[in-house]
Amino acid sequence: MDGASPFSLPGNPPASSKKPRLVMVGNGMAGVRTLEELLKLAPDKYDITVFGAEPHPNYNRILLSPVLAGEMSLQDIVLNDLGWYQHHGITLHTDTRITRIDRRKRQVLTASGDAVPYDRLLLATGSRPVMLPIPGHTLPGVLPYRDIADTNTMIEASRDYRRAVVIGGGLLGLEAANGLRLRNMEVTVVHVMPWLMERQLDRTAAILLQKSLEAKGLTFLMECEATELVAGESGRVAAVKFKDGRTIPADLVVMSVGIRPNSQLAEEAGLYCHRGIVVNDTLQTYDPRIYAVGECVSHRGIAYGLVAPLFEQAKVAANHLAEFGIGRYTGSVTSTKLKVTGVDLFSAGNFMGGDGTEEIVLSDPGGGVYKKLVLRNERLEGAVMYGDTADSAWYFQLMRDKQNVAELRNHLMFGQNHLGDSGHTGNANASALADNAEVCGCNGVCKGTIVKAIKEKGLFSLEEVRKHTKASSSCGSCTGLVEQILASTVGGAYQPSEGKDKPLCGCTDHTHEEVRRVIRDQHLLTVPQVMGYMEWKTPNGCATCRPAINYYLISTWPHEAKDDPQSRFINERAHANIQKDGSYSVVPRMWGGLTTPAELRAIADAAEKFAVPTLKITGGQRIDLLGVKKEDLPRMWADLSQSGLVSGHAYGKSLRTVKTCVGAEHCRFGTQRSMAMGVKLEKMLFGMWSPHKVKLAVSGCPRNCAESGIKDVGIIGVESGYEIYVAGNGGIKTVVAQFLCKASDDAEVMEIVGAFLQLYREDARYLDRTVHWVERVGLDTIKQKVVEDREQRKQLYERLLYALQDAENPWEEIVRDPVRKQAFEPLEA
Amino acid sequence: MSDWKRICALEDIPVLGARIVKRAGLPDIALFRNGQDKVFALEDQCPHRKGPLSQGIVTANAVTCPLHGWKIGLDSGEAAAPDVGCVPRYPVRIETGDIFIGF
Ligand code: SRM
Ligand SMILES: Cc1cc2nc3c(=O)[nH]c(=O)nc-3n(C[C@H](O)[C@H](O)[C@H](O)COP(=O)(O)OP(=O)(O)OC[C@H]3O[C@@H](n4cnc5c(N)ncnc54)[C@H](O)[C@@H]3O)c2cc1C
Ligand code: SF4
Ligand code: FES
Repeated sequence: MDGASPFSLPGNPPASSKKPRLVMVGNGMAGVRTLEELLKLAPDKYDITVFGAEPHPNYNRILLSPVLAGEMSLQDIVLNDLGWYQHHGITLHTDTRITRIDRRKRQVLTASGDAVPYDRLLLATGSRPVMLPIPGHTLPGVLPYRDIADTNTMIEASRDYRRAVVIGGGLLGLEAANGLRLRNMEVTVVHVMPWLMERQLDRTAAILLQKSLEAKGLTFLMECEATELVAGESGRVAAVKFKDGRTIPADLVVMSVGIRPNSQLAEEAGLYCHRGIVVNDTLQTYDPRIYAVGECVSHRGIAYGLVAPLFEQAKVAANHLAEFGIGRYTGSVTSTKLKVTGVDLFSAGNFMGGDGTEEIVLSDPGGGVYKKLVLRNERLEGAVMYGDTADSAWYFQLMRDKQNVAELRNHLMFGQNHLGDSGHTGNANASALADNAEVCGCNGVCKGTIVKAIKEKGLFSLEEVRKHTKASSSCGSCTGLVEQILASTVGGAYQPSEGKDKPLCGCTDHTHEEVRRVIRDQHLLTVPQVMGYMEWKTPNGCATCRPAINYYLISTWPHEAKDDPQSRFINERAHANIQKDGSYSVVPRMWGGLTTPAELRAIADAAEKFAVPTLKITGGQRIDLLGVKKEDLPRMWADLSQSGLVSGHAYGKSLRTVKTCVGAEHCRFGTQRSMAMGVKLEKMLFGMWSPHKVKLAVSGCPRNCAESGIKDVGIIGVESGYEIYVAGNGGIKTVVAQFLCKASDDAEVMEIVGAFLQLYREDARYLDRTVHWVERVGLDTIKQKVVEDREQRKQLYERLLYALQDAENPWEEIVRDPVRKQAFEPLEA
Repeated sequence: MSDWKRICALEDIPVLGARIVKRAGLPDIALFRNGQDKVFALEDQCPHRKGPLSQGIVTANAVTCPLHGWKIGLDSGEAAAPDVGCVPRYPVRIETGDIFIGF
C-alpha cells in the first residue's frame, strides 16, 4: 500500500478561491463516504481538506479480517487511492493527527502546531478499541485489532511466535482468532460470558458456532476473566493469568473487548458528548458549523459499530452539507454476519425475544442448522440463523419494512424460495457455491466474478453489484443469492436495498410514492412539469424515471395528462415487440382466445404480403407475427385494422391477455360460460395501462384448464357463481394466486375485478406486478377496499371505466397521425 | 474534410427522439435530438450486441439501448461505466433548421 510516510497532497490552492472551506478530521470509512456523497451532489461547493492519523488513504477496514486470514492483500482493500483525492481537488494530510479544535477562531490544530481554518467541520474520528486496564496491558505483544498497523503486527507475530490468546469472543475477536489460526498459530479465545457473541447470538446458535470453530482448531475458555498479563525474560508478554488462578502461555495477546466512540477531540472543544458526539437527525452537533458521522457519533442515544448505518448517516450529512436540506437520519436496524469463511451466521434485531413476542424455531443441531425468528404483532422483530443463511436478506428486508407477515407465517421459516422459484432452488447456499458456478443465468455471471467485483471495486449494496457485474439486473430471480454473496463477502457492511425509502432513480431523491402524491395534489399533467416542480437533478430524466412518471401522469389524470411517447420504452412507443435483430413482432388481439375465419384470413394475408418469416401461436392463446420490419408496421396495421383486428398490447405494461377455456358453452364439466365472461372482461379492460403487465384467465370449472391459478386475476366458475383469485404469477417466480372472494354473477365479477385492478393502478409502484404489490400491502387491506367496502368498490370501478372510456386502437391512432407515422420511416443519406 | 449532406429538418426528429438514416451498403445512422435541440449522429448499432440505438430512450446526453439497457453517450459514443464500448460518431450541423451530417 502506498502513502506509508507522512504525506500531504495539495488540492486547489485555497487562497485563490472564495469557496467555503470544509475540513474533515478522520480519513476513514464514514467520513470519506460522506465526501463521496457530497461530491455527487455538489462537486464544486467546497475547498476540502482532510486529516487522517493513519499513514494511508481511505481503506476498507472491515476487510482487515480477510487480510489477516491471508485471503486478501492490503492493496486489495484500498477504497480511495491518492489519485481519487487529487482528482477531486481534495487536500489530503495523512499521518497527521488533529489535536485541538478552536471553535472561536474556527480552526483545527495539528500535532505539529499548524492551524487550518474551516467554515464547516466534519468530524469522523471513528472509535477507539477498549484496552482492559489490567497489569501488563502495555507490554510488547499486546495489542487491539483496529487498523492496518495492528493487522501487520499480528501477521509479523504469526511468523515469529506460536501461541496467541484473544481476549473477547465477540465478532472482531473471533475474526482475529480465525485469521491467526489460519496463519498457523495456536489460538485460545478467552471470553467472560457463558457463550460467544452474546450481543448478536442466542445460546443455541453460539454453541453451534463454537463447535465449528473448534473444528477449525480454535480453543475456547468460557466464563473466564483475565486479570494479568505477565512479561517474559525478553520483556514481551509471555502468559495470561486468570481470576481462577490458572495461567496459560501467550506470545501474542489481542484484546477485543469492545470499542468506544472517539469523541475526545470534540469533548475538549466543548461540544456536547454523551457516549459519543451527540448529533441530531441531520448529523449536526451542538455547534451548527460542525457535523459528525460514523462510529464517533451518538444519535438518539445509539453509537453504531457497523458501516451500513454509518453510510446512511453519510448520505444525510452530505445532503445537508450540500445545502439541499432534505433527508433525515432516523436510526437504523442493523444486522450481523461473521466473516469467517465456511461459517454461515446471521443475526439482526431483537433475536432474544421476550414479553409480547412469539418465536418460530427450527433446530437441527446434528445437521448444523438453527434458525429462530422473533415476531411481535405479526411483524418480524429479530432473527438468528446458523448454518443456512440463504434467506437472511429477505428476513432483514421484512424487518426493515415492518411488513405484516400474518399471511406468510405458515412458510416464513422455510424462506423466500419456498414461496416458489423457478431459478435456483437446490443451490441457495452462497458459501457452498464454487467460484465458477453460474449465479445469474440471464447475464451469465458466475460467483467468482461477483466476489471479485465486490472486493476490487469496494461494493456494498445490491445496486452497486448490479451496476458493475449485471448480476441480478435482469429477471431478478438470483437476487437472494447475490445478496447472500455480498453479505458473506463484506459482512455486516452489506447494505440491503432500501425498499420503501428508495428514490425513484438517480435523477431524484423522491420516492415513487412522493412523485405520485405530488402529481395528484398539484394536478401536474406533463413530465417536464413534474421534473420542474420536484427539482429533478437531470434536465430530461433517464430511462428509469421517465416511463414511471409518464405512467403516474396518465393513470392519475386520464383524458387530461398528455401521454409522452418519448418517455415510453420502445415497445410501447412502436406498439410492437422489438426483436434481437431490431425487427418487430405483431400480436393482434383475439378476444378470450377466440377467432374467426375472416381474422385468420387477414392474418394470413398480412403474413404473406409483408413476408413475415415466423408465425407462432403464443402462450397467450393468440398468433404472433414475428420479424416485421419497422417501416412495414403502419401498413400492416392498416390492413389488419380493416378486418377489425386491434392491437393485442403484447408489448405493454398494460392488459395483455384474458385466457379462457371452452367452459359451459361446450364442455361436459363446465359450470359457467367462461369464454363469454373472458371476452367481456377483455373488452372492458381494453387499452388499460398499468404499473406492469396484467394477465387474466377464466376457467369454467375447478379443473381450471385456463390456468387461472397463476394469473394476476384468475376466475374459476363453480355451480353457485365464480371464485376470484388474485396476484398469481407464472413468470420468473411462480406464485399461486390467492383467493379474494366469490361473486354470484357476471356483473359482480366485472365490478370486483375492475375495482381490484383500479386499486392496483392507483397504488402500486411502477414495475410492480400485482404479486409484488399485494405482498407489500397485504391482501386484507385490499379485500377491505375491494370486497367489503361496497361504496369504495363502486368508486374504484367507476374510475376505471372512466379512464378506459373511448380507448382507441393504438395501431389506428398511429396510422392516422402523420407525425407519429413518420417516425417509423427511415431517412436517406 | 467532411462531406456534408442535408438529411432532414430539425422538426422531423421528435424532441427526445431519433430517426434512422439509411446508407447504401453501410450501417444505418441514428440521428438523435435531445431536449435542448442539440442533434447527434451515431452509428445505429450498440457496441454490446448491435441493438438499434435509434429505438432507445433519449435523455439530455445519452441514449439507453432498447435491448439490454447500455447507456451510450450522445456526444462521445462511449458506453457509460461499468460497460465498455464505443460507437462511431458523425459530425452534425444545423443551419436554418436543416440538419447536415458530415461523412
Ligand atoms: C410471445 C410470448 C411467448 C410465446 O411465444 O408464447 C412471450 C414473449 C415474451 N415475453 Fe413472456 N411471452 C408470452 C407469454 C408469457 C407467459 C404466459 C402467459 O401469458 O400465459 C408468461 C408467464 C405468465 C406471467 O406473466 O405471469 C410470460 C412471462 C414473461 C416474463 C416474466 C414476468 C414476471 O412477472 O415474472 C417476462 C419478463 C418481463 O415482463 O419483464 C416476459 C417477457 C417477454 C418478452 C416481451 C421479452 C421482451 O421483453 O422482449 C418476450 C417477447 C418476445 C418477442 O420478441 O416477441 N414474459 N410470458 C407469449 C406472449 C403471450 C401473448 O399472447 O401475449
Ligand atoms: C477488523 C475489523 C472488522 C470489521 N468488520 C466489520 C464488518 O464485517 N461489518 C461492518 O459493518 N463493520 C465492520 N467493522 C467496523 C467498521 O470497520 C467500522 O464501523 C467503520 O470503519 C467505522 O467508520 P468510521 O469512519 O466511523 O471510523 P474509521 O473507519 O475507524 O475511521 C476513523 C479514522 O479517523 C482517524 N482519526 C481519529 N482521530 C483522529 C484525529 N484526531 N485526527 C486525524 N485522524 C483521526 C483514525 O485514525 C481513523 O483512520 C470492522 C472493524 C474492524 C476493525
Ligand atoms: S420468449 Fe420469454 S421465455 Fe422465451 S426467451 Fe423470450 S423472454 Fe425468455
Ligand atoms: S445490444 Fe445494446 S445493450 Fe445489448
